[in-house]
Amino acid sequence: MSERATRRTIILVPYLWLALFFLVPFAIVAKMSLSQVATAIPPYTPVFGLEDGPAVWLAKARELSLDNYAVLAGDRLYIDAFLSSLRIALIGTAILLLIGYPMAHAMARAPERWRAVLVMAVILPFWTSFLIRVYAWIGILKPEGLLNELLIGAPLAIANTETAVIIGVVYSYLPFMVLPLYAALERMDRTLLEAAADLGCPPWLAFWRITVPLSLPGIVAGCFLCFIPITGEVVIPDLLGGSDTLMIGKTLWTEFFSNRDWPVASAVAVVLLVILVGPIMVYQRHQGRQLEAGR
Amino acid sequence: MEPPERPAAHRAAFAPWDDPAARPLVVYDGVTKRFGAETAVVDLSLAVYEREFFALLGPSGCGKSTLMRMLAGFESPSEGRVLLAGEDLAGVPPHLRPVNMMFQSYALFPHMSVETNIAFGLAMEGRPRDEIGARVGEALRMVKLDGLAGRKPHQLSGGQRQRVALARALVKRPKVLLLDEPLGALDRKLREETQFELMALQERLGLTFIIVTHDQDEAMTMATRIAVMDKGRLAQIGTPRAIYEAPTTRYVADFIGDINLVEGKVTGAEGSRVSVMTALGDMVVAEASEPVSVGQAVAVAWRPEKTRLVRAGETGPAGSVMLTGTIADIGYLGDWSTYHVDIGGLRLKAALANAVRRAEDAVDWGDPVRLAVAPEALILLVR
Amino acid sequence: MMSPRSRYLDATALTLGFAFLYLPIVILVIFSFNASQLVTVWGGFSTRWYAGLWQNRQLMDAAWMTLKVATLSALLATVIGTLAALALTRYARFRGRTLFSGLVYAPIVMPEVITGLSLLLLFVSLGLERGFWTVTVAHATFTCGFVAVVVQSRLVTFDRSLEEAAADLGAKPWQVFTHVTLPIIAPAVIAGFLLAFTLSLDDLVIASFTTGPGATTLPMRVYSQVRLGVTPEINAISTLMIAAVTVLVIAASLATKRGAARG
Repeated sequence: MSERATRRTIILVPYLWLALFFLVPFAIVAKMSLSQVATAIPPYTPVFGLEDGPAVWLAKARELSLDNYAVLAGDRLYIDAFLSSLRIALIGTAILLLIGYPMAHAMARAPERWRAVLVMAVILPFWTSFLIRVYAWIGILKPEGLLNELLIGAPLAIANTETAVIIGVVYSYLPFMVLPLYAALERMDRTLLEAAADLGCPPWLAFWRITVPLSLPGIVAGCFLCFIPITGEVVIPDLLGGSDTLMIGKTLWTEFFSNRDWPVASAVAVVLLVILVGPIMVYQRHQGRQLEAGR
Repeated sequence: MEPPERPAAHRAAFAPWDDPAARPLVVYDGVTKRFGAETAVVDLSLAVYEREFFALLGPSGCGKSTLMRMLAGFESPSEGRVLLAGEDLAGVPPHLRPVNMMFQSYALFPHMSVETNIAFGLAMEGRPRDEIGARVGEALRMVKLDGLAGRKPHQLSGGQRQRVALARALVKRPKVLLLDEPLGALDRKLREETQFELMALQERLGLTFIIVTHDQDEAMTMATRIAVMDKGRLAQIGTPRAIYEAPTTRYVADFIGDINLVEGKVTGAEGSRVSVMTALGDMVVAEASEPVSVGQAVAVAWRPEKTRLVRAGETGPAGSVMLTGTIADIGYLGDWSTYHVDIGGLRLKAALANAVRRAEDAVDWGDPVRLAVAPEALILLVR
Repeated sequence: MMSPRSRYLDATALTLGFAFLYLPIVILVIFSFNASQLVTVWGGFSTRWYAGLWQNRQLMDAAWMTLKVATLSALLATVIGTLAALALTRYARFRGRTLFSGLVYAPIVMPEVITGLSLLLLFVSLGLERGFWTVTVAHATFTCGFVAVVVQSRLVTFDRSLEEAAADLGAKPWQVFTHVTLPIIAPAVIAGFLLAFTLSLDDLVIASFTTGPGATTLPMRVYSQVRLGVTPEINAISTLMIAAVTVLVIAASLATKRGAARG
């Protein structure tokens, strides 16, 4: 293979794959969000066919409308779902940072021979089923569950609340927070802290003045890596949340699978994407810079 | 290796270590440092005086950095004490010690500008804003970085970074400035320039410098005194001239500069004059540094540049040891040439200045030569 | 130079953090050996829930389907992800590079509901019959970004002069790739494959969207049972899955450690 052909293959294969299976589908979702639900297979109109020809396409295109977005905007349910998703993601990410930072910091300072083991210990639960880990919490949090067995006197009503969802979110996403933080903290030059001490800086202040600013890339990566997917989370609110715990991912899921309303589900997806496109681009830029800067 | 050219006049009077009344600034008192099963420093005692430019010299792993880190407070001695101005430093954390360090890696804070880096230590002291500004400006001018205050460390060259690190440590006006291999990352020419700048700076500010280095040229050029270290112990301590001209052990003689070394046995001792039987014949050492007894195993050593090449037909200086051999190799260094001469199964070195531009009668490979070494140039080594 | 106090803080952070991570899993494993039907009451040691599993035809089918999907999709993701990583590290500029890097990294954080729904709509538009193949393609798409990141982090530290040395010694471009580049990035490629594999094994949301009749994966089965409540039988399945993953991860880490020692 010539140099040119090699280059073309290396770029085009993943490019075309991702364009076809990741980019084009968004256009279809956008189009779907403008369609109407129908009791048919597929369950929406209009359906564009190759055999239709331009005139029919134009006529069908006129049927597209913003009705679904009007539905979303007019219904408190959807707005609340969006807001509470963002709230849960924000609180969850903040708690993750509070728990994850001390862990990652301690791991990075552990003796070198221990570090690989500790990293493995953080990853291991992540390799076990996500579903199972969330499920484990049902047994712990439910009214007759283990937590309340331990707290006989004062039973807590955590199950089926937003608190339960946040616990589940924090638990499931902890490795995603710890690992980028650890990577940033571990490659920090330790003599910088010695230099700070040498210049008269007490350890706690060196933590804020040196360690935290230098681990900022890890903080950014960890927070986005948690915040974005949590916002669209489905399984955790479904299993741990109650009927009044709304999250937008779950709403989309219900619209799609229970109500079979593909157009409204698509409209929800489009709005969710619009909300998240900013954070996703920040993350994507950041990730690219980090990797291309040779870490 | 050229003997150091020290401006003799201006340091001649400075020798507090010879003054019994002088109080040392830094004292290591029977210090031992163990890391697990390894012992980095073994029962070492040492005193450094105010305004000294003191060098800790030795190969990597000899314990010199550990010694310095114990003064900075990053390590604590397993046994013994480290004193600063008469006060035991045990239990004093690094951030409360009035010493500052210039790190080998410079350890500049990458997220701060040059200015903020230099101001860091003063800010930690809680100095008022204008004082910080003034002192940082002064420090920047001192290291000739006035125009670069706003740059980040990664935008600087190696030499500039080194200056920022120096300014950052000096701006605190430490009682002792510690320099850990300060010039290791610079190229040769810059290193030599910087050496003289550091000396001038130390002289001007009247500070005490302790430098850790594995580079003997650096130590010889800059230091008032050198402590040569060997496997956690002190091998010799003295002025550069003493260390070079009168090494007391085979290790020091061999570590500092080039040396010719011949093993032998003492055959007679008369005051400081000692005769030694060696593989190259009898040699008389004019000034033995310590008393020896007949029959004792010793070594006779001399520096290559203390050798004279005696051409055929010439007679050597009276009383010199005369050695006859053949030239095995010549290394032309420009100012000097090093001749490797095979004599009696040994290969000796002779270094001669190329004083004439075109030496018509230059010796060549394979030429028979005679070398003359004066008895005053011979060093007797017992240990 | 660490003070005893910071040592104590570190130890506390690690103890509490790991307790939080592992206690729920440990409890789950313990109760999978509970003889009692009641999940919170210990009724003695028993393996009856495990015995029951082997008779559960549906579960076994789903497990087999999941393994097939995971293997094939991870292979695809590894090829695509490695090529993407090569493209991003080797070619500093080409048309649409910004978009390309966006397409590589975005799937990592994209909420699964969005990816799942959009892929389903694509498959419907293309008139594809949903089932094993659509799930496999969907999984390869959402996991290849992870592979790319893992491989890329190895490639950026790669010393290009090794390739130049090989070329200088007379290796043709493809020989350079197979003899020098690939062996050196192999640990990262393997790690990427394993990551893609477990992500696929674990996925519920995207599989639910893109699957069709006859291609139910294990997470989907487990999910439908979990929604009905906590049963010891699910604890047993979970324990088996945890055991399988643990064995796999330890084997993989040993393999990559050996690979890293060589490379």
